Amino acid sequence: MYGWFEENGLLLGLALLDGLAYAALVFMVAVGLNLVFGVLRVLNVAHGSLYAIGAYAAASLGLFAASSGLPAWASLPVLLVAAALVGGILGPLIERLLLRRIYAQEPVLQLLVTFALFMILEDAQKLIWGTQPVQNDAAMRLLGNFDVPFGADFIPFTAYQLFVLPGVAVATLVGLAWFLRRTLTGRVIVAVTTDREAATAMGIDASRIYLLTFTFGAILAALGGALSSPTASLVPGLGAQTIVLSFAVVATAGLGQIEGAALTALMIGLSRSIAVYFLPEAEVLTPYLIMVAVLLVRPQGLFGVAETRRV
Amino acid sequence: MTTSASMSRRSVLAGAATSGSLLMAGSGAEAQPAKPAELKIGITTFLSGPASVFGVPAKQTAEMLAEQINAAGGIGGVPVRLSFVDENPGTEHLVGEFRRLVQSEGVHVVFASISSGSCLACTPLSDEMRKTTILWDCGTQRIFEEGRHPFAFRTQGYGTSEVLAPLLYLLKHKPDFRSIAVINQDYAWGRDSWELWRAGMDAMKPGVRVVAELFPRFNSTDFSTEITRLLALRPDVILSTSWGGELVTLVRQANERRLLERSLMVLPVAEASLPPLGRSMPAGHIIGTRGDHWVNHPRPRDKAALDRFVNGYQQRFNQPAIYPCHHMFQAFSALQAAYTKAIAAKSGGWPNDQELAAAFQGLTFDTPTSRITIREDGQGMEDQIVGLSSFGTLPYAVPEKMMLYPATNVSAPVGQKSVDWLKTLRAGLENTAGEAI
Amino acid sequence: MRRTETLLAIGGAALLVLLAILAPWLRFVLTIALAKGVAVLGILLLLRAGQVSFGHALYLSFGAYTVAFLAPAMPEALILMPVAMLLSGLLGLVIGLFVSRYRDIFFSMLNLAISMVFYSLLEKLYHYTKGTDGIRVGVPRFLGMALERDQFEWAMFGTALVLALAIGCFVRLYLASPMGQALSAIKTRETRLEFMGLPARAVLLSAYVLSALMGGLAGSIIAMTTRHVTPLLGYWTVSGELVFIAILGGAGAALGPFLGAVTFELVRVYAAASFADAWQAILGLVLLGVILFFSRGLWGMVESLWRRRA
Repeated sequence: MYGWFEENGLLLGLALLDGLAYAALVFMVAVGLNLVFGVLRVLNVAHGSLYAIGAYAAASLGLFAASSGLPAWASLPVLLVAAALVGGILGPLIERLLLRRIYAQEPVLQLLVTFALFMILEDAQKLIWGTQPVQNDAAMRLLGNFDVPFGADFIPFTAYQLFVLPGVAVATLVGLAWFLRRTLTGRVIVAVTTDREAATAMGIDASRIYLLTFTFGAILAALGGALSSPTASLVPGLGAQTIVLSFAVVATAGLGQIEGAALTALMIGLSRSIAVYFLPEAEVLTPYLIMVAVLLVRPQGLFGVAETRRV
Repeated sequence: MTTSASMSRRSVLAGAATSGSLLMAGSGAEAQPAKPAELKIGITTFLSGPASVFGVPAKQTAEMLAEQINAAGGIGGVPVRLSFVDENPGTEHLVGEFRRLVQSEGVHVVFASISSGSCLACTPLSDEMRKTTILWDCGTQRIFEEGRHPFAFRTQGYGTSEVLAPLLYLLKHKPDFRSIAVINQDYAWGRDSWELWRAGMDAMKPGVRVVAELFPRFNSTDFSTEITRLLALRPDVILSTSWGGELVTLVRQANERRLLERSLMVLPVAEASLPPLGRSMPAGHIIGTRGDHWVNHPRPRDKAALDRFVNGYQQRFNQPAIYPCHHMFQAFSALQAAYTKAIAAKSGGWPNDQELAAAFQGLTFDTPTSRITIREDGQGMEDQIVGLSSFGTLPYAVPEKMMLYPATNVSAPVGQKSVDWLKTLRAGLENTAGEAI
Repeated sequence: MRRTETLLAIGGAALLVLLAILAPWLRFVLTIALAKGVAVLGILLLLRAGQVSFGHALYLSFGAYTVAFLAPAMPEALILMPVAMLLSGLLGLVIGLFVSRYRDIFFSMLNLAISMVFYSLLEKLYHYTKGTDGIRVGVPRFLGMALERDQFEWAMFGTALVLALAIGCFVRLYLASPMGQALSAIKTRETRLEFMGLPARAVLLSAYVLSALMGGLAGSIIAMTTRHVTPLLGYWTVSGELVFIAILGGAGAALGPFLGAVTFELVRVYAAASFADAWQAILGLVLLGVILFFSRGLWGMVESLWRRRA
């Protein structure tokens, strides 16, 4: 007579591996959104579009690199280059031309500006990349498979999924934490996140910080998309699905909290893949249920700090 | 005096209302119409969102065909003009647009919808507005099995035949399979097609173990968890009726992780995803095309016409003509045949809506590969060809060892519900229903 | 301005009737617009308190599916509407008890999450909801009369217009009442409200329940007008649309939502008709233009035009 764990322990182990890779992607998108929200207090609906454009650009650039004779290993750095290009160009453009004009306005207007931008970018993607699936899986094929033992059997995982995705996510987390705690610019960003009024009163150049943070967030969104592109084929409508999920992560994590985003992404990733094994019907609901459960217990989010009430 | 004035104003308004709406809504339903300057066709299709993978090629096909038809003098001497409507914003927008097409644009015929949900919403409107509506791509069996729609006609096959044909092929190709897993998109077609498959499979080969029923979220971009589970379960057969970008993603991820070495895949809607898959689609798996319009059809009815259409499309849009293009071709072909028939029946006169719809009853029209007859319930009888993926001269997979299943053998008879009919099938049908071509 | 608003409302209603007579197909679009306007009035109440619900499509779709499920059992439009409205209000009360504790982003996101749960259930519970295929709604009776399609469409249009006027009036009165004033206080200085002995949560909760009632009513009108409901009505982009309409119309007055809704639907229809490939981008540009140049929305434009003349 086997216990539940003996029977399902191995499966649980597999679910863990899948969950990690998924969590890595969720983290990459959500952390940028969270950073931007923490500093600018603008919930950027177009963040999902930046993710999608990053994915498309990475695929196109990868195909171009391959056709112009770059070696196969180049397919990995190409992902980073594409993300930097998309975020580095679109980020400042959006911040300077649009967001800058509405910082003084009500939050709902800021939200809607990005919603409008989302609608425009959705059609723009279609114009550029068409409607047929775009794909370039060179980066995934480059690294081949890694066989994970499973009882007497083995399960092939792609090394890309097993190592690259979680690796980049952990590197991003560590790098961001270092940047925010140890560099001057990073500390200023943290200062603006925790108390905007006090920070600006102390003479911090908010305009520069806003531009920097937004660009940074845009690069992270594009990087999330770029990282997802080797395993997925890209079709219109990618952005709309990504953004709702990231919203859930941001609210669950607490505003501007990168560790919170990491933990939430992990919870969402793991519970999703466990659901696929043991309760497939609940899979889509897991992120939202986690969010509602967390906010019931901690109304300011996992890592959020309760704001002092103004009198 | 005042009373009568206000009375008369009200009656004028009321009169304007009724006559206006009659003029618009029922134009030609009873009257004898003169030959119009243009034959207006309203087409609803996906122009945005993930299903635009099908919708945009179909739109391109429609534009190409309209040009060709007009260059050849139009239909019955009348040039055609197309208006397109995007299905993606949802039903509430679509039914409004359907009304606009009929009441404001004054279209003579509507080609409705890729999505089954859209078709289910549009057909009742076709009844009410008495406007001939060609269901040019949607596959749900519910349409004609749950009600009569005298103005709606489907110019292609439907879910039942598109699922049964691959099932019969599997039963013949790998009769000893004992376990199966399904991974379908979580929406109506994904669920419906599995219900149809299950009914037929349980009737013809009882005792097959269903080891997993996976319905990942519609529009998923990552199936790695599902693939891991399928790798661990090692089912003999994996069925997936997914399509578009999702199918491309699923097959690529599954192939990379060698799932397709462990299990035989059955992909009834594979064809449109094969060009983007290229060599990522391994050989030896069962593939279907929602019809018989494979580019390498070994004995099409009119080889020259098939080549002309397929090559013409490829040259103009630099893409292969995938199955929605063929379905759009079929809709135009049916329309031309129906007008020819209706005009002949009226000895040269232009048909009204009623007469046009009547012409569709029992209509037979040509496609490049075959001939389709529209049954008395409005369902088109399109043959199905299923085969094994293989590589020839093209850079993407095409079927080999093809079996052709005549539509009448794989469609539920008029008046019977598909699931009930599938439950009556018995083993041995796989040997009689189709022929090798 | 008060009298002007009433005059404008009557004038607007007359214009809509005229449009509906002249172009029968517009009658359908305008009915939907009026229904959405009613739902947006609910959004307006919450906006008064500075709270943005990014999940009110929940009530829209809940009302619509209530009609879809109940219509076969009681095919009477004038019963279905209040039933859908009340059930939706009840749901709003249950959810409101939870979400009224939260403010700002958390309020928005919780509403979004709950609406997405409901949306997923509509898709998942395939055997009851028919999933994405949706449920067909037959033509219900109206006041016990079995109407022809054309007459029924007129009946729905008329009902929507009357309800829009009535609820618009109600919202005006509500906003002018102490309860409405208290709502604005939540936006500016919530704590002061509580010092005055008014529980902020109860104030927000009552506005929330009202908005759920309006959303459910709007959903029932939409269901009976389109006569086919699908889960898409509950997707987050529809919630976004409702907020979009609120801002487009202008959050300053009860007429704003209707101005916004009619404009929104007409722009969408005409954009879709002339640029089927890029209607979304056009809507986006319109929204962007309104926010950047007339942040008080169309109603704000009307107001300033009026002031200039006066």
